[in-house]
Amino acid sequence: MSLVRAESRRLVKRRFTKLLVAGALALLAVVAVSIFLSNEKVTPAQVTAARAQAGRDYQESVASVTAEKQKCVTEGGTDCDTYYIPQPEDFDYTWYMPPTFDLRSQFGNMITTFAAILAAVAFLIGASFAGAEWSSGAMMNLLLWRPQRIRVLGSKLVVFLFWLTGLTLLLAALWTGAFRLIAETHGSTDGMTPGVWRSFGLTGLRGLAVVLVSGLLGFTLASIGRHTAMALGALIGLGALQVGAFVVATVAELQFPGVYMAPYWLWAWMYQDFTLKDYASCDYSASSGCEPAQFVMTWQTSGLMLAGVAVVATGVAMWTMRRRDIT
Amino acid sequence: MTAVLEISGLRKTYRGRKGVRNALDGFDMEVTSGQVHGFLGPNGSGKTTTLRTLLGLIRPNAGRMMILGREVPRHLPAVAREVGAIVESPQFFGNFTARDTLSLLADAGGVKRVRVPAVLELVGLRDRSRERVKTYSLGMKQRLAVASALLKEPKLLILDEPANGLDPGGIREMRTLMRDLSASGMTVLLSSHILGEIQLICDSVTIIAAGRRVAAGSVTEVLSQHSSTAVKVRLEPGVDMLGAAEILRNAGAQVTLEADHFVVGNAGNPAQVTKLLAEKQIYVSELTPVAADLEDVFLTLTGSAPVDGRSRPVDGWGK
Repeated sequence: MSLVRAESRRLVKRRFTKLLVAGALALLAVVAVSIFLSNEKVTPAQVTAARAQAGRDYQESVASVTAEKQKCVTEGGTDCDTYYIPQPEDFDYTWYMPPTFDLRSQFGNMITTFAAILAAVAFLIGASFAGAEWSSGAMMNLLLWRPQRIRVLGSKLVVFLFWLTGLTLLLAALWTGAFRLIAETHGSTDGMTPGVWRSFGLTGLRGLAVVLVSGLLGFTLASIGRHTAMALGALIGLGALQVGAFVVATVAELQFPGVYMAPYWLWAWMYQDFTLKDYASCDYSASSGCEPAQFVMTWQTSGLMLAGVAVVATGVAMWTMRRRDIT
Repeated sequence: MTAVLEISGLRKTYRGRKGVRNALDGFDMEVTSGQVHGFLGPNGSGKTTTLRTLLGLIRPNAGRMMILGREVPRHLPAVAREVGAIVESPQFFGNFTARDTLSLLADAGGVKRVRVPAVLELVGLRDRSRERVKTYSLGMKQRLAVASALLKEPKLLILDEPANGLDPGGIREMRTLMRDLSASGMTVLLSSHILGEIQLICDSVTIIAAGRRVAAGSVTEVLSQHSSTAVKVRLEPGVDMLGAAEILRNAGAQVTLEADHFVVGNAGNPAQVTKLLAEKQIYVSELTPVAADLEDVFLTLTGSAPVDGRSRPVDGWGK
């Protein structure tokens, strides 16, 4: 228990932790303020005017295309059937309104933005929490006091993950509150049923998982390399590796090179699925009706991959902690 | 007296691109309770490897180690509370203050934080304890390291080069501190290159070379075991020194001539020297035994004395 208390104090006392949390707060504030300033509340009169304008544009477009088609028929054209007659849904009335923040349709993206920012911060704090301790010699000093390597590293990791969970939940509450406020003052909260909130909650939990795995990855990579820079180097290396694999798969004309790209899997995790299409699988055209081959990445598969990465990284970090000499 | 620290047959091998290196090659050591024990050896001889192995930082290939009667590393977590240690250069997180550094260690080790100001006072850092460690000089970091080791009020204190970076005043303070700690019943294992300090402070020593113990015992014993029977002979001014040396050589003495005196290397009975010379009407003005100090013994035993025109090896690679 004393070790947990010491590591908790150590984590929050670190200047790097404070700086990065402040940086994350600033970045989140910039995003929220930008959304606030770039949207405005739309009055019923503006909605009515927008609907009317959309209707007028639709009618004009239909009339124009119909006239063109008629002219084609009159002139004995052979491809007059290819003229596309516009549909009412092609003229969304919201396009005719000033930007307004719709909580129901837009907050999902804001959760992903939040998770991405927090995940980056978590990686850096995790990497520094383990790496700087190793490179400064503080870890060795600590092990002279508590010569229980697995317990020391495990305590550090658990403390860090709990702290990260607390921080993420706290900021997520503020984030949600901020966007609720933005929607009420500069947008709309229409259609926010309990089901929608539940859906946002689940997306938020998936975002929390991304933040935690990112933090864990930073911590474990730095611990394995015994330096903060090792985690950053490993991250760059893994990024280069997946881009390389993507390029090679593309050159080799493999069917779905996108499966080698981690961002697609993360997208699938956050938005429940992501579909890769192989447009070379048949003679695809808008009119032929040929459907390209598809590969659907699901959040379940992505979740298993995230869990696998977390387990392997933790296992290797613990193994190296146990086996390697501290010189 | 009981043994606080026992090491026997300790072996540590490193395999690298340059080959196999035996950092420790069956090393033995024993430190008895209440003593200040010096641990000497040239660079790369295995001192720090021994201390790191003892403290669980390095895994040995073979050997047995006991601290306070308990086998380590198996029981190290249990005895760590009673062992204070600094290994090599002091290493702390630079952005924390000395006070924070020690209070975090106190928390981690289950020591009450009220000990922190006490040890800071003891090592003379109280007034600067709220400054970041990265602003400290090497000597101040060294003091902080000693403070961290003392925080637990250990029964065994292991200090690796504690005088590194200290000015003469600091070295003297450290010496006094060691003596006081020893007087309070603490056992101190002190690794140092400053042999004069070791000779002044320590009750007993272990000398290591190439991973093996080459001498051990009380300082007096080690010195006496390796002291010579040589005597320094000085004659009255104007007396024929060469002739006197020849007389002694004819009697079987090993004589080395110096500028204003000569040394008889095998003078087991110094009276014989005066007798032989007096018989030839040559009278000795000074006859003193050539005493070995710890530095002489160290250089002889470890083979680390500098030789003109040769570079000095610093480790045992390839041995």
